[in-house]
Amino acid sequence: MNPAVQNANYGALTSLMPLGGVVPLTWYITLASLLFITGAVGVLVKRNPIVIFMCVELMLNASNLALIAFGRYLGNSGGMMFSIFVMAVAAAEVAVGLGILISIFRLRDSISVDEVNLMRG
Amino acid sequence: METTYTIWQYLFTLPVHEIPWWAEVFRSILRVVIGLAFGLGLVPIYVWLERRMLGWVQGRLGPNRVGPEGLLQPIADVIKLFMKEDIIPTNVDRGLFLIAPIIALAPVIMSITVIPWNGSKSWGAVAPGLDIGILFLLGVASIEVYGVILAGWSSNNKYSLLGGLRASSQVISYELGMGLAIIAVLLMCGTLGLQDVVRGYDLRQPHEFVAGTVLNNGQGLINVLPLSGTGYTFYMLDWSSGFWDWNVFRMFPFGLIACVVYMISMIAETNRAPFDLPEAETELVAGFHTEYSGFRFGAFFMSEYANMAIVSTICVTLFFGGWLAPLGILNQVPISWIQALTQTPDSWVPWWANLINSLISALWIILKLFTLISMFILVRASYPRLRYDMLMRFGWKGLLPVALINLVLIAISLAVQHSFRDSLGTAGAWWVGQIIAWALMLAAMLVAFVSVRKSYASRQRDIASGEIPADSPIVRHPVALALPALTSTEK
Amino acid sequence: MPESLAGFLSIPVLLFLIFALGAVSTAVSCVLTPNPVRSALFLVLNLFCVAILYLLLNAYFLAVVQVIVYAGAIMVLFLFVIMLLNLGSPERIPDQMKWQQPVAVGAGILLAAMLTVTIASSVPSFAPATSLPQTARRTTLDAREPGASQTMDNSAILDDIARRPETMGTPYGIGKNLYNPDKPWLFPFEMVSFLLLVAVIGSVSLAGRQTSEEKA
Repeated sequence: MNPAVQNANYGALTSLMPLGGVVPLTWYITLASLLFITGAVGVLVKRNPIVIFMCVELMLNASNLALIAFGRYLGNSGGMMFSIFVMAVAAAEVAVGLGILISIFRLRDSISVDEVNLMRG
Repeated sequence: METTYTIWQYLFTLPVHEIPWWAEVFRSILRVVIGLAFGLGLVPIYVWLERRMLGWVQGRLGPNRVGPEGLLQPIADVIKLFMKEDIIPTNVDRGLFLIAPIIALAPVIMSITVIPWNGSKSWGAVAPGLDIGILFLLGVASIEVYGVILAGWSSNNKYSLLGGLRASSQVISYELGMGLAIIAVLLMCGTLGLQDVVRGYDLRQPHEFVAGTVLNNGQGLINVLPLSGTGYTFYMLDWSSGFWDWNVFRMFPFGLIACVVYMISMIAETNRAPFDLPEAETELVAGFHTEYSGFRFGAFFMSEYANMAIVSTICVTLFFGGWLAPLGILNQVPISWIQALTQTPDSWVPWWANLINSLISALWIILKLFTLISMFILVRASYPRLRYDMLMRFGWKGLLPVALINLVLIAISLAVQHSFRDSLGTAGAWWVGQIIAWALMLAAMLVAFVSVRKSYASRQRDIASGEIPADSPIVRHPVALALPALTSTEK
Repeated sequence: MPESLAGFLSIPVLLFLIFALGAVSTAVSCVLTPNPVRSALFLVLNLFCVAILYLLLNAYFLAVVQVIVYAGAIMVLFLFVIMLLNLGSPERIPDQMKWQQPVAVGAGILLAAMLTVTIASSVPSFAPATSLPQTARRTTLDAREPGASQTMDNSAILDDIARRPETMGTPYGIGKNLYNPDKPWLFPFEMVSFLLLVAVIGSVSLAGRQTSEEKA
């Protein structure tokens, strides 16, 4: 029998993977930083607060990717635990943020970030 | 020692960790074909069943001309839909308009992959080894709404948009109750794999997995049968088990409450009557698919019925014992009988024995599925459509608290059971945990009743003092109608 | 460097390349599209790509949670608000701070270059952590298979799952790590549930409050 099949521990499809080809950690971190920068530029460029929120989600997501990649490569469970917390915080942020947007929209029928420059209602 | 196998053994009978990758690919493709055939092939039969059954309830005939008893009517409808002109209105968001029906259909097909149709590890589902089955189902269920939202938005039509809006808020609301009901099941079973949920397998109890042992796992007895040389591991339910071991009766009445919550939210999730607000024809023409015609409309139509079947199958899998028969004796033909009949050695099982047992399992799951589909149809025939605020209030103030309290009670009961298991044994700990949970449940019901009564009494006072006019719809509160004797204040 | 291209381009590497490309392109389109609905849909696609990258990193539970929480709940909420406030059409308001765009893009490119150089020079390129010796014990699924190592105690297998880097991302591993009193995650977890409660109450009070015009 194929030795790769005998050593496979997660089912038969693992034997599809040749030995040796492993994604380096640097690739994941580079990808995460690229996604993060895309989100950051989006936050600066966009004028629609909902899209700005989405770009913030993009940044949080990129940091999650970096956390999980570090956790996996270092064999530490902290990365995954922390990204669970990040997801929960993102959900909370969206709930409150969209509530704020809806009340701003009710108040002035427009939610362009340039017009909302007073620190009060 | 190098053993040589024939190609048929590679393709069909060897255990999954002993076969090369090409055999696994073949098996996967075959399983996908089986799953798709069952998932989508049954859709015309649901359509026929619905039309004939609605006709029966409403005292008319229903389609009965095309084919015997009108059975070919859905086929004729499909042919008609494909021949029709595919109209794309001018002002729609073209790209999204075109992919919306596909997005509506795709998650339904995806959720077929984890639904088990028998207990085999090699052939039990499209992806039988997936041990996060419930999570996968939740994930897929949560993206199903995109098709409706996008159809409503891209149609550039106010009725479609309203339908899409209604669908998204309705699905978000009822997904909570549904998710909590599903989580109740996985808490009771202690596992996320759907085959294990059906077996009621409790991974947290240490077991010695020796072939030939009999396990008592809280859901009947299970024989671990040694079948070397085949890929089939039969965790055969003992004959003494039966429908009373299903999850719906587990930790009575909490499994039952979770089941009822799930069944109500599954009707809302599939946008069926009485929760069919997104396509309410008296208000919104046809809701989100107003602008669709031809085979794109057919895709929405098909996704609705396939979705109905999928949520029913999930319900069967989670609560009604999946592929298991209501009585253990009807489950399968025991392998030992077949071996005795065919005079074969213990280590070898004829291939048709497993095929017969798989077909028996499939038969039971299809029977249960059709029972639930009939329930869908009878509910549609019996109940009027809810008003939108009633729908939201029912989801957020009715189902969600019930499901949440139910989940907390299950967790309390399990925690108590866990801490008493060493001193009192499994059965004694079960009673201690359940009695505590029942007491808490009664206390919660008392609190709810007292608060409802109080609000009703204050409302009656307002009516008496003239603050609320006597003909206001508020006076006709559902509780007031259902429990007039209990809630009336004046004597 | 790998000896040959065939040794380098394995299935995981190929999958990584495909989905990393997908993630970057959908993120960029999410920012570039003027239409908020399309922007949200591109973000959903991006979340799916990242979920598949999580799968490649053996974070099975997080991949599914990503789909359930982000794609299923958060993005539906976004789409709902976009449609509710009728913001679906592209932006019409003239941009008052035009100079910000080129500056932001320039700063972004600068930041990208800096980060790439820093990562390439300082993060060591090592293989994922592994505890698997060559004669590995079978995982729990195989242990259930008759014919595999049959006498293994099930709870021992499950404890083993929680500790091994390859299987730490399964639901069981996550649970064992998250609720372990010996690890520091239990208290933050409870705090997060409290935060979610505060967010629920806050959003209800924010969105449910009537403005003075509506009261009148």
